[in-house]
Amino acid sequence: MTTLLLLHVVAAVLAPVLVRWWGRQAFLVLALVPAAAFGWVVAQWATVTGGGEVREATPWVPALDLTITLRLDPLALAFAGLVTGVGALVLLYCARYFEPGDEGVGRFAGNLTAFAGSMLGLVLADDLLLLYVFWELTTVFSFLLIGGSGTRVAARRAAGQALVLTTAGGLAMLLGLIMIGESSGSYLLSEVAADPGGGALLVGGTVLVLVGAITKSAMVPFHFWLPAAMEAPTPVSAYLHAAAMVKAGVYLVARLAPGFADVPGWRPIVLGLGLATMLVGGYRALRQNDLKLLLAFGTVSQLGFLMVLVGAGSRELAAAGLAMTVAHALFKSTLFLTVGVIDHATGTRDLRALSGLGRRLPALAVVGGLAAASMAGLPPLLGFVGKEAAFTALWDGGLPDRTAAVTVLVVLVLGSALTAGYTARFVWGAFARKPGLAPTEPAELVHPPGPLFLAAPAVLALTGLVAGLASPLLEPLAAGYADTLPLLAAEPEELGLWHGLQPALALSAVTLLGGAALFAGRAALTRFQQRHAVGASADEGYWNTMQALDRLAVLVTGTTQRGSLPAYLGTILVVVLALPGSVLLFRAPWPGEWRAWDTPIQALVGAVVLVAAALALRIRQRLSAVLVVGVTGYGLAVLFTLQGAPDLALTQFLVETLTLVVFVLVLRKLPKDITERHRPRERAVRGVIAVAVGVFMAAVGAVALSARTAEPVSVDYPEAAYDFGGGQNIVNVTLVDIRAWDTLGEISLLVVAATGVASLVFLRRRTGTVDRLAPGQVDEQSGRRGRRAPRRQWLAASIALAPERRSVVLEVITRILFHTIVVFSVYLLFSGHNDPGGGFAGGLVAGLSLVLRYLAGGRYELGEAAPVDPGLLLGAGLLFSGGTGVVGLALGAEVLQTAILETTLPVLGDVKLVTSLFFDIGVYLIVVGLVLDVLRSLGAELDRQVEEHDPIDAAPDEVILR
Amino acid sequence: MTPTVVLPVIIGGLYAAGVYLLLDRSLTRVLLGFLLLGNATNLLLLSTGGAAGLAPILGVAEPEEMSDPLPQALILTAIVITFGIAAFLLAIIYRSWRLVRQEVVGVDEEDRRVARRSGTDADEMDPDDLAPEDRFPAHADSLHTDRHVEELLDRHYAGIPSDDVDLPPTQGRRR
Repeated sequence: MTTLLLLHVVAAVLAPVLVRWWGRQAFLVLALVPAAAFGWVVAQWATVTGGGEVREATPWVPALDLTITLRLDPLALAFAGLVTGVGALVLLYCARYFEPGDEGVGRFAGNLTAFAGSMLGLVLADDLLLLYVFWELTTVFSFLLIGGSGTRVAARRAAGQALVLTTAGGLAMLLGLIMIGESSGSYLLSEVAADPGGGALLVGGTVLVLVGAITKSAMVPFHFWLPAAMEAPTPVSAYLHAAAMVKAGVYLVARLAPGFADVPGWRPIVLGLGLATMLVGGYRALRQNDLKLLLAFGTVSQLGFLMVLVGAGSRELAAAGLAMTVAHALFKSTLFLTVGVIDHATGTRDLRALSGLGRRLPALAVVGGLAAASMAGLPPLLGFVGKEAAFTALWDGGLPDRTAAVTVLVVLVLGSALTAGYTARFVWGAFARKPGLAPTEPAELVHPPGPLFLAAPAVLALTGLVAGLASPLLEPLAAGYADTLPLLAAEPEELGLWHGLQPALALSAVTLLGGAALFAGRAALTRFQQRHAVGASADEGYWNTMQALDRLAVLVTGTTQRGSLPAYLGTILVVVLALPGSVLLFRAPWPGEWRAWDTPIQALVGAVVLVAAALALRIRQRLSAVLVVGVTGYGLAVLFTLQGAPDLALTQFLVETLTLVVFVLVLRKLPKDITERHRPRERAVRGVIAVAVGVFMAAVGAVALSARTAEPVSVDYPEAAYDFGGGQNIVNVTLVDIRAWDTLGEISLLVVAATGVASLVFLRRRTGTVDRLAPGQVDEQSGRRGRRAPRRQWLAASIALAPERRSVVLEVITRILFHTIVVFSVYLLFSGHNDPGGGFAGGLVAGLSLVLRYLAGGRYELGEAAPVDPGLLLGAGLLFSGGTGVVGLALGAEVLQTAILETTLPVLGDVKLVTSLFFDIGVYLIVVGLVLDVLRSLGAELDRQVEEHDPIDAAPDEVILR
Repeated sequence: MTPTVVLPVIIGGLYAAGVYLLLDRSLTRVLLGFLLLGNATNLLLLSTGGAAGLAPILGVAEPEEMSDPLPQALILTAIVITFGIAAFLLAIIYRSWRLVRQEVVGVDEEDRRVARRSGTDADEMDPDDLAPEDRFPAHADSLHTDRHVEELLDRHYAGIPSDDVDLPPTQGRRR
């Protein structure tokens, strides 16, 4: 069974490709998949009807105790047979329904095949949660199939409506399934149905599950999505909205009925809604002019009928329900396919525009007529057998309550009369010659159907006929399921065409006569229906609900979002103070004792930092403000040193320097002062919030320490660092080995930030190019030959700078120091495993050397110093770091696990190579790439814009995103 | 563990200054506030590691004397990331300045528009406003072709571009 489901998945994935290769013929191949499943299902007939069952379990998420449990019993076999059989035929039909040039066929084929697989999974699933997963999958594929290409309003609306309703029901069902699972103590459908447990949990769960079933099966008051879903192509209507998906609710009710029929609330809901649906659907079907809508309302009506039969909870009605389900799937999909052929041939489905079609398409008329006869309940078709069995069962008292049985019987007879009435209207509308129209209308058939096009409806219609004649053969299957339910009548009646002259036969005759009367009086009936149109309807209610939601959303958004970011931030902070703050105040383990400091120097540095921070609030000059903020950063570095964190101090020093340089690069383009935009009162409010947050965070810091009682995870790090990571600098080993996954994520973030900077600064291109001097420019002015370093110049390209911007001291220092700094950065990279340093620090030092070159020689100098695209460095770095992990995986270790290679070389002596070094090289490259990208964007590109007077006014048709 | 007095005070002060700047409308001040908050958070993380110790490097100190290496590893990447984000914010400031000569957090126009909008026009196509025969399927008794809907939209919302593409008819047949 798992294999069959996987086969569907594969076919669905391949479907678009197949359609591209073979066009619509691909459907013939795709049809083989459900056909194979059908063959397998039929092959299990003997096992299953013999009292056995087929069962498969594959572990899925062992931690959650989830297994893919599939089970084929008589009920599942009946539904699986329908799903696969009708599925194969509908796919076959699609091979002619679509025209060679149609768009979106590939996606349609994939969706339809995937739907077939999900539906098969739904009826086979034995696990409640697995059932839910398949249930929602069918909803999603139904949405995709109704919506089609998504270019039409009506289709989108119908798809959205179906999705909203069935998903809402599905969510209620999920809750209900969990409640039922908890109440019965098992999540296996077979065990739950056998012993559901009891109590309020079970009753609530049952009602919620029924909500899911009635939305899916389009019961009143959720029936309206089904007619709207007729926007979908006809094969979808035939398969999803007649044979398969809408039967999911019927299936679930049938599946649960053995254990749940006596749960309080079950019978009122199932029987009440079922009967109401049968009447409403039948009544509305009688006034439809669109053949497809007529069938859709007919389907609604019949689903109500089926729901009553399978939900009643007695052996005899359940058997009738199973037979009727099979019959309905056969005749209703035939009729939909017939309408598809008519639509295809004539270009219309309006029964007022069709006339004399029966004579021109006799084969189609026979097929449609057979199916219609089954729908009306004429012998010897399967529809008659099912209906007859239902009437007999109710006559003999198929419900525990005698009065209820009579009521149900009366309504069913009434509903069946309506069914016969709209069936007559359908046959007359589709095939008859109409007095008001020309004898053949439309005059010309656009597209007479070929044999393959008619094959699917013909096979389905004939199956209905054969199954009716051979209905006793279905008895073992129906009995196999129905025997799980209590028998209420004296003795069970077997399925069959002829049971002698008995009350049910008379009732059948009554329904047919009633149908004939309804058809004969159709003109009067139409007038009546128009005069007594119901003002309020369920779909109006749906739209009004959706609108009320929209209005509420606008109201809430409009009142809460006033458009001011500081206000939002302030709100968030106040909430932080109110909730975690009050917890901190009342519940936190406050420290019992305090120390003044670790060393007195901390207090000294802290005072400097706080003074600098306070100055940052008052200073309005941009550069000064940046400088004092920088002071807090340097102060922090000192604090790191005092705390025993040399790596952090090193990194903080480097980053702070780099930040200052970058700030200066940008701020030179901005006005000198920051404009004060806040009124004193706003500043006061900000001040209060700020001080409160400050106090809160200080308290957090203190409480965090006193709350630490458990052994820290890092207690084993020193040992692990040396034994597994092969390094003595524990912080570095933590970065590149113990928590390498974290680091990988963080360097990815650096790549994103660097790319973001470049994309924001370059207005008209995605990234910049490397600014190099033109060869002639250098040779003439500096006498430089080939690729050798310039001898007469201190720097390669500072010549391109304006003379007043050049500084010989800076150029000399740069020339002398640059290579030393680069070598030092590489040293930091390699020594980082055992001493302070590592990829981050090394990369930052290398970045600072580039800053030096840029500051001394301008943008061309930067290009000469690093003639590579920063993106290349970033990408290579990520490749290095990620590749280390993959290589480890390939060698059989875990991802990002470190290997230590030791060997003795002739000159170098003992060499120890730790593979996490390559990870660190990746980090190094990314940090250099980040700095280079920032310099090239915020430095060089800004220079270029000034030098070349790059206009910021966009050309008339140019769009620059802000 | 016993907390010190000094570190929480520094942390609180930095947070207070950072939040004050963050609530400003000037982007430069927001960025400065962001940097201060970054520093404060790094210090907070470090202080939770416990009392000061020796550098967590084998050979320099014994494991018992070391300060906790784990917060240090977390902070190290955080420092570099703060730099990356600061550069990104700077680029935003610069772009805003270059394009519109402003570097402020403006009022969100979209939010103001929603706030001004009355509740009734939430859904652009209210089925209640349509004539009964023009409604979408299930409202009326027959399916409409796309043309009907398009005409309807044209009539009711002339001048507003529809998001629907006019599809060419497929071989003169309708589904």
